[in-house]
Amino acid sequence: MIHDKKAHKFGMVIDLDKCTGCGSCMVSCMSENNVPFKEDESRKKDSITWMRVYKLTNGKSFPDTEVVYMPRPCQHCGGKGDHGHSPCVSVCPATATEYGHDTGIVSQIYTRCFGCRYCMGACPYHARYFNWWDPEWPEGMENYLSPNVSPRMRGVVEKCSFCYHRYQAAKDKAYYEERETIEENEYQTACATACPAGAITFGDLNNPSHKVHQIVKPDPHPDPMNKDVVGKSRNPKIFRLLERLGTNPKVYYLSEREWVRKAGDNYLDGEWDKVKNHHGSSSHE
Amino acid sequence: MDSALIPEGAKRCSFPKFTIGIAIVGAVVLWGVYAMFLCWFKGLNQTNMNDYYGFALWIWADLAVIAVGGGAFFTGLLRYIFNVDELKNIINFAVIIGFICYSSALLILAIDIGQPLRGWFIFWHANVHSMLTEVAFCLSCYFAVLTIEFIPNILENRQANKVPFFHHLAHNMHGVMAVFAATGAFLSFFHQGSLGGVAGVMFGRPFAVREGLLIWPWTFFLFTWSAAAFGPSFTLLVTRITEAVTGKKLVKDNVIHLLAKISGWMITTYIIAKIIDTIYWTYVTIPSLGFKISHFYTNNSFYGYWILITEIIVCGLVPGLLLINKSTRENPNTRLLAIVLGVIGVCLNRWVMVLQIMAVPVMSFDTWALYIPSWQEMATSILPIAYGVILISLAYRYLPVFPQELELNQPKADQ
Repeated sequence: MIHDKKAHKFGMVIDLDKCTGCGSCMVSCMSENNVPFKEDESRKKDSITWMRVYKLTNGKSFPDTEVVYMPRPCQHCGGKGDHGHSPCVSVCPATATEYGHDTGIVSQIYTRCFGCRYCMGACPYHARYFNWWDPEWPEGMENYLSPNVSPRMRGVVEKCSFCYHRYQAAKDKAYYEERETIEENEYQTACATACPAGAITFGDLNNPSHKVHQIVKPDPHPDPMNKDVVGKSRNPKIFRLLERLGTNPKVYYLSEREWVRKAGDNYLDGEWDKVKNHHGSSSHE
Repeated sequence: MDSALIPEGAKRCSFPKFTIGIAIVGAVVLWGVYAMFLCWFKGLNQTNMNDYYGFALWIWADLAVIAVGGGAFFTGLLRYIFNVDELKNIINFAVIIGFICYSSALLILAIDIGQPLRGWFIFWHANVHSMLTEVAFCLSCYFAVLTIEFIPNILENRQANKVPFFHHLAHNMHGVMAVFAATGAFLSFFHQGSLGGVAGVMFGRPFAVREGLLIWPWTFFLFTWSAAAFGPSFTLLVTRITEAVTGKKLVKDNVIHLLAKISGWMITTYIIAKIIDTIYWTYVTIPSLGFKISHFYTNNSFYGYWILITEIIVCGLVPGLLLINKSTRENPNTRLLAIVLGVIGVCLNRWVMVLQIMAVPVMSFDTWALYIPSWQEMATSILPIAYGVILISLAYRYLPVFPQELELNQPKADQ
C-alpha cells in the first residue's frame, strides 16, 4: 500500500540481464504519451524517444562478445544530496520543470517552457528532447492519441514523466472509492507494463512493501565515499548511471555482469577494482 | 545633402558613397533578417541544432558579443568611478560598441528560444536558482543603462543639440553619468559572471562544472574578469578598424596606450587565474568524477589539446605579455597582433564553454557529437556584425563620437 501522507519516491529498477532489446518499452511509451515522430526518423539526434534503448558491448571480439540493451528513461534525479535540485530543475529559468517532493518525479510544464534548452544541456543522460517540429501524425492517427496526455507544441522541451497521468488517474480512482491509499499495481508506467520480459519493476522506493524497494534496498544515508550520493543500492549487483556525479537518479539497473555495471559510470585506471564491491552502507540496514 | 547633420568641422565622405556602403552592408542585414524570420515562423528546425546540441552557435555568439562588449562597463568604471580622465576620449565609442553588443545579444536570444512569444516568462516565472534568470535580469537592466549612456551622445548631434531641452538634457546626463556607470559595472559584474555560472553549475557535465565560492562557481568570476580584460582590447580593435576605414587618426596614442596597458594587465592576471583553474580542474575536479583530461581532448576529429593551448597560451598569455611590455604595446603592429589574438582568445573561451561542453560524451557508452551550423544560424550570427557596422557608420558620421578627431585631423597649414 502507498501511504499518501508520506512522501513517495517513485523509481524503477531495470534488470539488464532480462532485457532483450525488443523495444516494446519505447513503443508503449510513445503510444501512451503521444510522442510525435518525424517522417524521416533516420537522424536520431533530433528524434524524440522518452525511453531510449542503448546497445552496449563489452568491446571483445567473437566469440567473447557480449551485448546488453540498456533502456534509458528520464532518471528523475534528486540532485546533490537528493534535495530536489536536479541538474535540469535547478537551471530552468522559468520554473518550467519542477521536482515533486511528494513523488520524487521531475515534471515538465509544457505551457510554461519557452524553449531555452538549458535543461537539455544540463542533463548528462540526454533524456530531454526538444520539439524541433510541430507534432504531426498521419491522417486518422489522431484518433488513437491518448486523451490523458496533452501533445506538446513546437518549441518546447519534453521528457519522460513516469506516466504521471497514470498516478493522477490512480489517485482519482482511490478518492472516488473513498480510499486514502493506492495499490502498488494501480500506478505502473507504460514501459513497465509493456515489457514482455518483466525486466522493469516500478514502484515506491520509500515503501518497504514495494517490490522495487525490496530489490534495490536503497540506502537513505549519504554515501561515506561521496556525500552528494544518497540512495545508493545495498545490492552489489545494482548501480545507477553516472552515480558519481551526484545526480541521484531514481532509475536503477541490475546486472550480474561486472562489465555492464562498470559501464554505468566513469572510472580512472584501477579505480573500479577498488570500488566495485562498495555499495550502500550495510550499517544502516 | 546631409551636411547639416555632420558634426561641425568634421570631414565625411560624400552622401552617395556613404549610401552605397550602407546599402552593401544592409544587404547582409536583410539576409540575416530573412533567416531570422525563417526561424521565427518555421521554428528551430531551420538550424542544425539537435538534442545533443541544445546550445550551439547562437549561444556562443551571444556569450562572445557580451564578452567583447565588456569594454563598455569596464571603461565606464575606469572613467567615471576611478576618474581615469584620458579615457573620456574613447568612452563614447566604448559605449556604442557595448550598445551594439548587448542589443545583438538580446536579439540572438529572441531568435534562439523555441517559443519567442513566451520570452517574458523568464521574468514572470523566474526561478531564482537558475543562472539564466540572473543573466536575463542583469542583461536587460544593463542594456537599459547602456541606452541611457548612449543618449547624451545622440543628443549632441549638431541639429538635436540646437534644441535647448536636448542640449541641457545631454549636459545634465553627462553630469550624473557616474551613477549609471556604477550601476552598469554592478550589473555587468553579475551578468558576465552568471553567464560563466551557466556552465559552471552544470554538475551533470564534468567538462563544465567547477567548484566555487558560495553559490558561484569559479567560472562566474573568470567570465567577469575575462570580459573586463578582453573587452577593452575589442574596443581598441574596433577603433583601429574605424581609423583604417576612415583614413583618420581618431584617438590619441596616449589614450590607446593607456587602455592597452590596462587590458594587458587584466589579461595577464586573468590568464594566471585561468591556468590555476585549469590545473585544479584537471587534478582535483574531474578525477573525483572518474575522468582524465585526455577524455575531453582525444577520440574526436576536432577538439584536441590544440584548442586548450591556443586559448590559454597563444591567445591569452601572449597578448597579455605583449600588452604589458611597453615597447610591444607602443608598437602599432605588435599591439594590433595582441588585441586580435586577445579577441580571438576570449571568443574561443566562450566557444569551449558552450560547444565543447555539448560535444563531450559523459556516459561511458556515449559518443562525441560534432555539429556544423546551418546557413540560417550563420546568417543570423553575422547579422549583428552587419548591424554593428551600420550603427557605427551612422554614429561616426552624425555624432561627435571622438572628441579628439578635429584636433588630430586639422589641415597641415593650421597645425
